[in-house]
Amino acid sequence: MASSKKLDAKIPDGQLEQKWSKYKSTVHLVNPANKRSLEVLVIGSGLAGSSAAASLAEMGYKVKVFCFQDSPRRAHSIAAQGGINAAKNYQNDGDSVYRLFYDTIKGGDYRSREGNVHRLAEVSSHIIDQCVAQGVPFAREYGGLLSNRSFGGTQVQRTFYAAGQTGQQLLLGAYSALQRQVGMGAVKLLARHEMLDIVNIDGKCRGIIARDLVSGKLERHFGHAVLLCTGGYGNVFFLSTNAMGCNVTAAWKAHKKGAFFGNPCYTQIHPTCIPVSGEHQSKLTLMSESLRNDGRIWVPKKKEDAQAIASGKMNPNDLKEDDRDYYLERRYPAFGNLVPRDVASRAAKERCDSGFGVNATGQAVYLDFAFNMKYKYGKTEATKKGIENPTEEQLTEFGQAVIKEKYGNLFDMYEQITGVNPYKNPMMIYPAVHYTMGGLWVDYHLMTTVPGLYALGEANFSDHGANRLGASALMQGLADGYFVIPYTIGEYLADEIRTKSIPTENEEFVKAEQEVENRINKLLNIKGTKSVDHFHKRLGKVMWDKCGMARNAEGLKWAIEEIRKIRAEFWADVRVPGSANEFNPELEKAGRVADFIELGELMCKDALHRNESCGGHFREEYQTEEGEANRDDEKFAYVAAWEMKEVGEWELNKEELKFENIKIAARSYK
Amino acid sequence: MAGTSEKTINVNVKVWRQKNKNEKGGFETHDMKGVSVDMSFLEMFDVLNERLINEGKDPVAFDHDCREGICGMCSMYINGRPHGPKQGVTTCQLHMRSFKDGDTIVVEPWRSAAFPVIKDLAVDRSAFDRVIAAGGFVSVNTGNAKDANNILIPKDDADEAFNAAACIGCGACVAACKNGSAMLFVSAKVSQLALLPQGKVEAQQRVLDMVHHMDMEGFGNCTNTGACEAECPKEISLENIARMNREFLFANANEKK
Repeated sequence: MASSKKLDAKIPDGQLEQKWSKYKSTVHLVNPANKRSLEVLVIGSGLAGSSAAASLAEMGYKVKVFCFQDSPRRAHSIAAQGGINAAKNYQNDGDSVYRLFYDTIKGGDYRSREGNVHRLAEVSSHIIDQCVAQGVPFAREYGGLLSNRSFGGTQVQRTFYAAGQTGQQLLLGAYSALQRQVGMGAVKLLARHEMLDIVNIDGKCRGIIARDLVSGKLERHFGHAVLLCTGGYGNVFFLSTNAMGCNVTAAWKAHKKGAFFGNPCYTQIHPTCIPVSGEHQSKLTLMSESLRNDGRIWVPKKKEDAQAIASGKMNPNDLKEDDRDYYLERRYPAFGNLVPRDVASRAAKERCDSGFGVNATGQAVYLDFAFNMKYKYGKTEATKKGIENPTEEQLTEFGQAVIKEKYGNLFDMYEQITGVNPYKNPMMIYPAVHYTMGGLWVDYHLMTTVPGLYALGEANFSDHGANRLGASALMQGLADGYFVIPYTIGEYLADEIRTKSIPTENEEFVKAEQEVENRINKLLNIKGTKSVDHFHKRLGKVMWDKCGMARNAEGLKWAIEEIRKIRAEFWADVRVPGSANEFNPELEKAGRVADFIELGELMCKDALHRNESCGGHFREEYQTEEGEANRDDEKFAYVAAWEMKEVGEWELNKEELKFENIKIAARSYK
Repeated sequence: MAGTSEKTINVNVKVWRQKNKNEKGGFETHDMKGVSVDMSFLEMFDVLNERLINEGKDPVAFDHDCREGICGMCSMYINGRPHGPKQGVTTCQLHMRSFKDGDTIVVEPWRSAAFPVIKDLAVDRSAFDRVIAAGGFVSVNTGNAKDANNILIPKDDADEAFNAAACIGCGACVAACKNGSAMLFVSAKVSQLALLPQGKVEAQQRVLDMVHHMDMEGFGNCTNTGACEAECPKEISLENIARMNREFLFANANEKK
């Protein structure tokens, strides 16, 4: 298989270990005087956006940052709980850059680029240094050193964390760095602004059209380069762990103007989320993967016990040890409860589909801390206190205190949402949409197929293959922003030093603004009978049922037809109240859902064409006898990069994935 | 148990409506029938808005995003308390099981001179961003850092800094304060960085700049009523204000030398 001529990944030649360092020493530079006249627009203010904007401004570029929230600190990176990986080997347990690289490639089911992933592993340890220097309060040991814990898909402890609020602390660090530049006038911040199109002039991206969400006014902004740091598209499923505002709009507008979309069907379904409680549900809440360090996942062995528990006739704490099925420990003894997310999610679905679910809907399994609370932590604490024969009550009491320190905020959140005390009852969990590995196709420089347009963080497709490992999203977002783009953007901008700021009266800006205005007016003038949410929920249900944890050809074909119907009905019957020239959250939502509907079709198309199972993409027709994913490396070891011809019509371009340093193999966690 | 509860209640929601910052606002009352107690407070508003849209009326504008209590965007003043009746939770984590059948629930925006209303329940809190821009950072450019474990930090200091850093910047402290003071917010950032060796280098300048900017933005003075701590969804401690006052006095005295 050869890669499409339209795709050049631009991975540097040479030995894997030397690619990035050689690139850094030979990449074109821009001198400080020229940097001052080069303008960069950064869309989105999460980990990737804030870190990129701050770093580029520090270097001397003129930067503008746009975010739809009221402050850059609200971006959804803030909600990441568990931690961030780095190959520091502080625990002396055999970690290395190579091992992080290997774990990530394997975790991604051999569907990511070696060159990119190795660079990610190389810069990982600088991220921790940078964050600590900023004052990020990571968890520490009594000796004053940094603490680590384990995450899924690895056998070392390389995850750095700040209780269950790691994303918050890292984002606030990047936000501080960003605000410092804002205060110095090096960054202009435009909060409550939404990007609604990119502007291409003579084949290069030269700016954006944004809407001031308070006044409703459309604005034109010029930039020598534009960085999309706009996160993932999990909200296409309506119910997900994403924030309500997370959307695909910026990436989708870019896609419609020439940026190819990579692997749209690779979606991460996170195994440990709070189960759906009713029709009114607006979003789902994650319970951090770090809980799987100490929580054991189980369902009853017998269906009658599952039914008795689900109907409230039996208390799960009363079920005997022998009658419980710790199915992850049973199926995957080497990794146990710490198998990667795709594997854990599918295993939960399998048990629930077979009738062993433990709540009324049959869609929940237990995450139980009782064992480790008593026998791991309770015993240690009793020993420390010099109690030789502690009672069961003492063990529980001591263990509970340790669990509270480690996961207190998560336990509180669980109780707040469900009304159930997780210290006394095992948590009920079920998989939910969490992250999207797919995104805009980018080369090694993080540039999309539109020159001058970059995609960073979750918005690009590049590093996680078909499944992302826990604690790697924060790592990638910050790697892209702090340590990759500051180098790679120079390669492009070095040739742009003679380009003067293009006045926004330019016809391409006028045209793009007119298109945006027309679309807004169209949405407002439909004056139909159904709310935006009505369509979003319908789309979400189709996506979850047919393009969720398990997919098959028949279902996907049906879904494509159904999504087309939803699109037609949306544009004929949606009701968007209010006007364009005011603060109008329903209008914002309408534009985003219109884009989700188009994306949904592409995701199904991608899932349908990929006749194999890999990572988060599980096609029921392609599984082993034991129900594991059956990959087809001969036919599908490529990145699917979709080029939009018109709405509902795409052309597939393939980028071949070459594995020169890792032996491609069946992925086993047994 | 979650997923099995079918309990519903009827409530009366008296909500503040205001077209924009220049027009006068007023209350509007809505009967909400058959509200599941498992709903979050914001999901109850989703239901209300869906109804308003179907009736051809203008839905209530309110700020919200993550709905898991961490982004700090939601900001409703419920029955006279920022984020409502429960201790230590944001509006989005408040659930209808905290209310009784037949309750009247009064919902207003954050009210403070420094937080002008944008529409209905949404307010402009950008003053907080400007206070951070004035000094809420460590001046370290990307790429300058040394190995993270070269800086040893006693666990207690790290934990205390973390507790201060847990602030989500929602502004409940300002909304709760009769003076509209932002001391809890500002002191949380000053404390976090003053407690860590990385932040000590520029601690004096930081506290002077941040306090100065806080005053410029029109936030009120602190009179130690403690309402901010009581209403803070992240239970940020008043001790931070005491620490900031010490830092400020010290820095001020030093500056005058």
